[in-house]
Amino acid sequence: MSTGTTGQQHPIGLYLKIWALLFVLSTLSYLVDYFHFQGLMRWSLIIVFMLLKAGLIVAIFMHMAWERLSLIYAILVPPLCLLVLVGLMWAEADHTFLTRLLFFR
Amino acid sequence: MSAVPMPSSPQPAAPPDGLRGLVSDWSSDRQAFHVPWGKAMMWIFLLSDTFIFGSFLTGYMTVRASTTVDWPNVSQVFSLHVGATEVPLLLIAIMTFVLITSSGTMAMAVNCAYRRDRVNAAALMIVTAGFGEMFVCMQAFEWTKLILEGVRPWENPFGAAQFGSSFFMITGFHGLHVTGGVILLIIVSIRLLRGDYERTGNYAIVEIVGLYWHFVDLVWVFIFAFFYLW
Repeated sequence: MSTGTTGQQHPIGLYLKIWALLFVLSTLSYLVDYFHFQGLMRWSLIIVFMLLKAGLIVAIFMHMAWERLSLIYAILVPPLCLLVLVGLMWAEADHTFLTRLLFFR
Repeated sequence: MSAVPMPSSPQPAAPPDGLRGLVSDWSSDRQAFHVPWGKAMMWIFLLSDTFIFGSFLTGYMTVRASTTVDWPNVSQVFSLHVGATEVPLLLIAIMTFVLITSSGTMAMAVNCAYRRDRVNAAALMIVTAGFGEMFVCMQAFEWTKLILEGVRPWENPFGAAQFGSSFFMITGFHGLHVTGGVILLIIVSIRLLRGDYERTGNYAIVEIVGLYWHFVDLVWVFIFAFFYLW
């Protein structure tokens, strides 16, 4: 029928390399806690390692890197709406926190 | 009837790549995604699941940012004693490595399946399910430990009460997904061994199960970062 219905076929060596990389990244993010990094340093390191791991899993293990743009955009763009939700709830949480400080302490 | 012979329709050209491909795929009459339908459906299911876990984590952020009571020291709550020393987050780190390892074996199972090496594919899927089950067992151990220490969805001895509700809801839903994945893996590996897919030679099902399994690992990456490390 259509082209592109053949399965994803990639060398096992690639998977092993990504696997090793994920191990290293997990160890690094664990060490962030182990060495008690605090504040902005901690948060940025956590986010960076998290995004790197998530990117590797989606791109290589889930084969997103080899899919066509139509599928990539259909799956990866809608979750960006969650960022709007996070923004709204962040403002909401801030407001709740301030009212609690005013009335419940 | 006209006797003029109709010219045979030309072979459809390969669809273009890049942005032009995006437009032509989405505006095509019959098929937008050039993948097996099961794979497209799995991706759409995973998209909806992303919203479920995304909402959970956002809810967790909201209760954590709005409480006036100190959040428990997660690093200490999840520490384990090894001999005399207390190692922070040890069990969680091991669980992370177990899940990543299971993702690696799953990726290799997909590779074997597409080479029609169904025995090795099934074996690797069983190994994946084994690691998944190990993860669930460690999670059960962690739940037991915390429940015995007095953590409840409405209170806990370490700090803000919202800690318990977020913990049980988020890790509970994730554990449920892992358990479902283990069952799915076992069913598909049995069907692989029985040779159910040999007739059609269509082994896309292994990749589809693999997508689900990698997604479970993906969700854990976010839970690990936001719940355990933050």
